Formats: sequence, C-alpha cells, structure tokens
Amino acid sequence: MNPIAFIYLACILFAIGSAAVLLRRNAIVAFMGVELMLNSANLAFVGFSRMHGNVEGQVMAFFVMVVAAAEVVVGLAIIVAIFRARQSISLDDPAELKG
Amino acid sequence: MLDLTWLLVAVPLASAFVLLLAGKRANPWGHWVGVGASAASFVVALIAFIQMLGLDSHDRAHSVQLFSWINTGELNVNAGLLVDQLSLTFVLLVTFVGTLIHIYAVGYMEHDVDRRRFFAYLNLFIAAMLLLVLADSYLLLFVGWEGVGLASYLLIGFWNYRSDYATAANKAFVVNRIGDLGLIIAMGLMFTAFGGVDFATVFSGAEHATTAQLTAIGLMLLLAACGKSAQFPLQSWLGDAMAGPTPVSALIHAATMVTAGVYLIVRSAPVFEGAPNAQLVVAIVGAVTLVFGAIVGMAKDDIKKALAASTMSQIGYMMLAAGLGPVGYAFAIFHLVTHGFFKAGMFLGAGSVMHGMNDQVDMRRFGALRAAMVTTWVTFGLGWLAILGVPPFSGFFSKDKIIEAAFIGEGWQPWVFGLTALIGAGLTAFYMSRLFFMTFHGKARWTDEQHPHESPAIMTVPMIILAVGSAFLGLILASGNRFVDWLEPVTGHAEHGEPVLSVPVITATTLILVALGAAFAWLKYGRADVPLTAPAASLATLAARNDLFQDSVNRAVLERPGTHLTRTLVYADAAIVDGAVNGTGGGVAKTGEAMRVLQSGKVRVYSLIMLAGTLLVGFFAVLGGK
Amino acid sequence: MFWVVATITVVPSLALLFARKAVHVAMAVVLTMIGLAVAYIMLAAPFLGMVQIVVYTGAVMMLFVFVIMLIGVGGKEDLTETIKGQKWLGLLVATGIGLFLTGVVSRVSLNVQEPPTQGNPTEIAGALFGRQVVVMETLGFVLIVAAVGALVLTHLPRLTPKHSQKEIAADRVRVGANPVNKPMPGVYARHNALDVPALDPEGKPIDESISRVLEVRHQTQSEEPFHAHLEEGGDK
Repeated sequence: MNPIAFIYLACILFAIGSAAVLLRRNAIVAFMGVELMLNSANLAFVGFSRMHGNVEGQVMAFFVMVVAAAEVVVGLAIIVAIFRARQSISLDDPAELKG
Repeated sequence: MLDLTWLLVAVPLASAFVLLLAGKRANPWGHWVGVGASAASFVVALIAFIQMLGLDSHDRAHSVQLFSWINTGELNVNAGLLVDQLSLTFVLLVTFVGTLIHIYAVGYMEHDVDRRRFFAYLNLFIAAMLLLVLADSYLLLFVGWEGVGLASYLLIGFWNYRSDYATAANKAFVVNRIGDLGLIIAMGLMFTAFGGVDFATVFSGAEHATTAQLTAIGLMLLLAACGKSAQFPLQSWLGDAMAGPTPVSALIHAATMVTAGVYLIVRSAPVFEGAPNAQLVVAIVGAVTLVFGAIVGMAKDDIKKALAASTMSQIGYMMLAAGLGPVGYAFAIFHLVTHGFFKAGMFLGAGSVMHGMNDQVDMRRFGALRAAMVTTWVTFGLGWLAILGVPPFSGFFSKDKIIEAAFIGEGWQPWVFGLTALIGAGLTAFYMSRLFFMTFHGKARWTDEQHPHESPAIMTVPMIILAVGSAFLGLILASGNRFVDWLEPVTGHAEHGEPVLSVPVITATTLILVALGAAFAWLKYGRADVPLTAPAASLATLAARNDLFQDSVNRAVLERPGTHLTRTLVYADAAIVDGAVNGTGGGVAKTGEAMRVLQSGKVRVYSLIMLAGTLLVGFFAVLGGK
Repeated sequence: MFWVVATITVVPSLALLFARKAVHVAMAVVLTMIGLAVAYIMLAAPFLGMVQIVVYTGAVMMLFVFVIMLIGVGGKEDLTETIKGQKWLGLLVATGIGLFLTGVVSRVSLNVQEPPTQGNPTEIAGALFGRQVVVMETLGFVLIVAAVGALVLTHLPRLTPKHSQKEIAADRVRVGANPVNKPMPGVYARHNALDVPALDPEGKPIDESISRVLEVRHQTQSEEPFHAHLEEGGDK
C-alpha cells in the first residue's frame, strides 16, 4: 500500500475544502471547509512522514492540530460576535469594503 | 546736425495716442492737433530733403539706428531708418498730400461727432506709412505694413454703425492678410537664404543666391504687394473700401497705402534682378490689373467706385513698369507721385461733389454741376486731364514713359505689354471722361432735395493745391530727366533700350486713342441724355458692373473650400484631438469602473481572488523551478 | 482498505458543498474526521489518530455544533449563487488547485522507507519535549491566548445596571410583596426532598415552601407521614 495514495487523497480533500470556502454563503459551513483544508494538510504531513520513515511529520501534524483548534475557538467567537451585531451569518452581507 | 528723422514717425504716432486717450474733451481742438502733427512731419521731411540736396548724389543714403530690437543668436534685427532718395520721395508725397487731406478733412468731417477719432486714425496711418517707407529692414517695414493695414481697417469701417461698412472693413483686412502671408513667407525665405532680413544683408546676399531662391522670394513679395495695392488676384477689397469717408479714400486708397506695394517691389529691386521669371510675373500681374480696373471702371455708376477702379488700373501701370526692370523703376515711382496728386485731387473733388449733393454718389443723379461748383469743376478737370495723359499735364510725362518702356524688350513681351498699356490708356480716357461728363456736364438730373453748392474754402484750397500739382508737377520733374537721375542711385542704372516702335509713333498712337476715348465718352454721356437708372446691359457691361464677378469667384474658389477645410479641421480637432484626450480620460474611468467590480466588498469574491492568485503563484513557482 | 478510507473521507466532505442545513454539514464533517483518523492509524500514526478523534471530532466539531445551535440551526440555505460568476469561477479555481496539487505530487519520486517508528506516544513525546520543546511551549501560549480571545470576543458588555440582591429587595418592598425569601421545603428525619412542605411553629404545613411547578405536576407529598411522633420507645 503506497502511502502516496494518501497524498492524492489529501489533494482532493483540499480542493473540496477550498470549493466549500468559495461557494457556500453560510459562515459556519465555510469555516468547516477551512477545517477540512487543514485536515487534508495534516493527512499529507502524516503520509510523508510515513514515507520518510521518521516522526517529524507527525509532530508537525500535531502542532497543526493544536493551532487549528485555537483557530476554531477564535473564529467561532468572531462568528458569534458578528451574528450578535447583524443577526445574520451570511458571508454576502458584510460589504463595508465595497469600493 | 541733429538727426530728426525719427520725429517723422514719432510725432504723428504721439498725436494719435493723445487724440485717442484724451477723449471727448479734446473734441474742440483735436482735429487741429492732427493737422499740426501731419504738418510737422512735412516740415521735418522738407528739412531732410534740403539737407539731402546738399549732398553728393552717391552719398545721399544714410541710415539712422534707432534701437537694438531682436537679438537672438541666429537672427539679429536692429530697428533703424534708411533715408535715401526713394524713401524720401515717398515721405514727401505722404506728408504733403497727407497734410492737405488733413486740412480738407477738417471741413469735410465738420458735422461728424467722431471727428477727433478720425484724425487720430489718420495720424496713426501717417505714422505707420512713414515707418513703412523709412524702415531699413523688411521686419520693420512689416510693422509699418501692418500698421497701415490696421489704420485702413479702422478708417474704412469708421462709420461702423452701418454693417455693410463694417463688412467692407473686414474684407479689406482679410484680403490684405493674404498679402501679409506672402511677406511673412518672403521674410522667412530671406532668413533661410541670407541669414537676415534687413536690406543690407538681403541685397548683398541676393548677388550670390540661386535663381530659385530669388524667384521664390520675389513671388512672395509680389503676393504681398498684390494684397496691399489691390492687384489681381487680391483686388476685391478696393471697391468696397469706398465705404470709408472720402478723405480716407483720397489719402489711403489713392495716394499712399495702395502704393506701398509698388514701393516694396521697387525697393526689392536687387532680388528681382536675379529672378527674371518673378519680374515677368510682376509685369503680367500689372498688365492684367490694368485692364481689369479699366473694364470695371467703365460700367460703375458710383463715382467713388469708378475712381477706385481707376486707382486699381493706374497702379497696374506702376506694377507693369516695376516689372520691366531698372528701365521701368523710376517711371513707376514717377507715375506714383503724379498719380498721388491727381487721384487725391479727384477724390477730394468727388467728396466736394458729394458734400454739395447731400452725400449722393450715383453719377446718374449728377449732371451739369460745373456751373454750381466752379472750383470743383476746374480742379477736377485738371486732374482728369492729367490722368488722361494730355500734354503738358503731369500724367502725360509719367504714363507715356511707362508705355514707352513697356515697348522695350525682345520677343513677345514688348508687344504684349506695350499694346496692353496702349489700349489701357484708351480705356482710361474713356471711363474717366465718362465720369467727368456724367458728373459736371450734360443735363441736370438732380433729385428735389439737392441744392448743389460749392464747398467751403477749407475744402477747396487743398483741392486747388493738388490741382496745381497735377498740372505742373510732371513737367517740373521730367525736365532734364531730373527725377530719374535723382532716383538712379537707388533703382540702378537702366540699360538704354530702344522700344520696338519708335517713340513718336507710340506717343502719337497714345494721344489718338485718348482723344477717341474722350470723344466717345462725350458723345454718349456729355451730349446725349443719361438715363436715370442703369439701362439693360450686354453681358460684358453686366460683368463689368459686377466687378467681373470677383466676389463670386473668390467665394467659390477660396471661401467655400476654406470654410470646408476649417470645418473639417475643427471637427478633426474636436473628434481626434479632444477625442483622444477625452477618450483617454474616459478609458481610464471605464477601466476603473471595470476594476471596481473586483471591489465588491464580498468576502467570497476576495477569497476567490486570493485563491486564484495563490494558484497562479504556485503555478509559476513550479514552472519556474523547471 | 485504502479505498474504504477514501470513500468515507471524500463522500461526506461533498456534503460540505451540497447539504442545505448546517447541522447536516457538521455531522458529515464528523464522519470525515473519523475517516481521517482511520487513515492516520493506517499510516503508522496511532497516537495521532486518537488525538484526531479526541481533539477534532470531540472538541472542534462539538464547538461547531454548539455555535450552530446558538446561531443558525434552523435555516435552509438557498444554494443558488448570488454573486455573478462566482460558482463557475469558484469551481474552476478549486478544480485548478486540485489538479495543480495532484500534478505536483505526481512528480514526487520518493522511496518509501520502512517505518522504524511506530508512531507511539513515546516517540512523539521524545520529539515534542526534546527537539520541538520551544514550539510546544509557544503553542501552549497560543492556546491560552485563544481562550482569552474567545472570552473577549463574546463578552457582552453590561448595558443595564446590575440587578443585585439589594435591587431585588428594594423592588419587592416597593411593590409590597413579601420582602423575605420564601421558606425552604421541609427537612425531616426521613425525608428532605423538595416535595414535602415545611411546618410552621404551630405545626401546620406552609404552602409557599413547595415549588409551584411540583404542585401543578401533582408531584408533591403530604408531610403527614413524616411528622415527628413521640411514641413508646421513642426516647431510647
């Protein structure tokens, strides 16, 4: 079983995650897409660590998980705060940067 | 020995400014200041003349440096005056005749509210004309040239509350402008060929320049002269210029400004000497205009317009003489001087007639005025005899000499030019006699309100003085070849040539033709009844009455294409130039608008752009790493 | 085995694109996370697989579910795209990324080593506390900051003055209600639940001492059986 297949899988997952970020209006669903992208990166790390035969990739993936958790915490807090202000979590509503 | 030459120009110019700036409070005495300024110029001219007579014939030219004018590296022009025989002749003519006309105008414009302004413009004219003939460079001459054009415009359109008078002034100015273009181009050519535009540089350079260069310069100078002297093809303005008050017609459009073209040609003799083709064109233009003016003059019923056509024709004679080379220059100037006297005299006489006939100008309403206005009749009659060329009056000496000179040469030229001049003399006799007889003889055809009376002394005395000049000046100047010798250092020595017909034959033929012309006019207009309205006419007469359709021709050939060209250029400017500029602005704005779509403020659009950018960067990074 | 893992990873993640309700999406992603944990275990990283389940599936996705509960649990999202061109461009970019990455990966020629490691906690601990100790401490700091940040972001500033006990008592007095708290339910030697009333000094039950909810639900009891009975053999 060639671990390279997992890397391909990781690429596909990354693509799906980025598609979700681009195409979904719900902020929470888009955020989940980001999480999926992070996870696919983790999968790639672990796959390569298996191929290299050392544990560095796994350590790296561990760190990514920690950071992703922290990021989810803060990101969801932001979404809650925005919801409280606008009563909506559609990504299309806030357009203050419109030129 | 103080050099007062600059006063010649300065005094009339200062007087003009004073009269213009002083305003209405100068009205009681303004005209006398004008007359005084002109007279002062004449006195200075006379002093200069007497001084010059005391000098040896070859020392007579002297230059007066006024100030340093243009000093660039390439072109250096200093403003200066050249006082030599030619310029002094003109100065004397302008100041003498000019002062007489100033005095006449005091009386003629007596009832006009704007008399002071009139004298200001007259003085301005005198100053500019004197500057023109005294300049020692083409550039300073051009200043005077423009100045007389300006004064002419102001004076023709003096009564500008009448729109047709104002239009006539515009017409004169515009046609003059075409001539000015010729002078500007000529100056440019001179600068290219000789490196300078003052007479000394040009004339010394003309000896070494190529024929092509000199021909080009000569033709451009001819164009300028045609504009100012109302020669074909720029002759259309002179008839309409009669819209100005009669003293203006007398001074500017008979004696002085229209002769500036002849001055230019004669002064540029060294240029024309090296360009025989240009000289030939000058002679042809003169011959054509001679006949043109005569034909038009035969059918005009307006006394001033008939005299204007006569002026055009006589200047044609002068141009013809100037185009014959050194043999003709002196005679051109001679005729210019005598013409100045008798034409100015006749214009003043016409003004006197109009004054007495309530400003009527239609000769068909004149007739039998000789009993009512004796002095006018006598002075006008002397001018008439002079222009006909009846000996011993001045016209005989000057015009005959031109006809003789026209017959000198080889090949077809003497025959064509000579016969043209000869026939022109006959035509001149006819139409001038027609004018004279219609006005002063025959039956009285006055309207009921007209009570012709003689003009006051202030008007008749100048007329008398001019008549005396018309009568005797020719005799005085021709005796002993005095005038030709006087001018010789400037015009160059003429090769003595024999005319193809012998001189007695020419003189006799001329006199016969003159007599025939006068007799024919007497039969038709002196003895027979003159109809009150112009009778139905043959095509030729109709053409002559309409100035040989000159305005229609000008309109079709020049004005319409010119207007179309201007419109096209304006459209091109608006569409292309402005379009390019505005288009650039608009394009930038539209690009901004297009770019604006990217700034929708929407998160997903931004994330799309970011991801797409990342993809591109990664793509190039991978490709670049190859 | 790989294909199983691949299926349970990819198929639910498509729900990210196609599901309407946010809760469905969250559940699908949970499934994906579990699939990924299995993948990790297959790749000789068992510790990481467990951590994946505990942290991601257990903590992170539950966080997502809590926030969905707070915010937008009901709405059916309309899947039609509002921004012009976004759908196609987005699909294009996503596909492009996928192809790009796959292309890059396909150029990788890496010899698969035998794993000398088993991915067990000991080895990872060795790496963590050995070579990467600085990173690990920093990450601890990051976590603290994240927690504090979440508190700060969701903190609602008090808009009205705090209604403390003093204000409650004052309100009661103003209205004329009983300023004192209601009495507690009865505490007896053999029963001290909330459903039996207390006795006043005269021995009668106090009705206010039982919650109204229990009365409405008929879940109260009489206090009779619990009265103190002084009977023979009572003071032994």
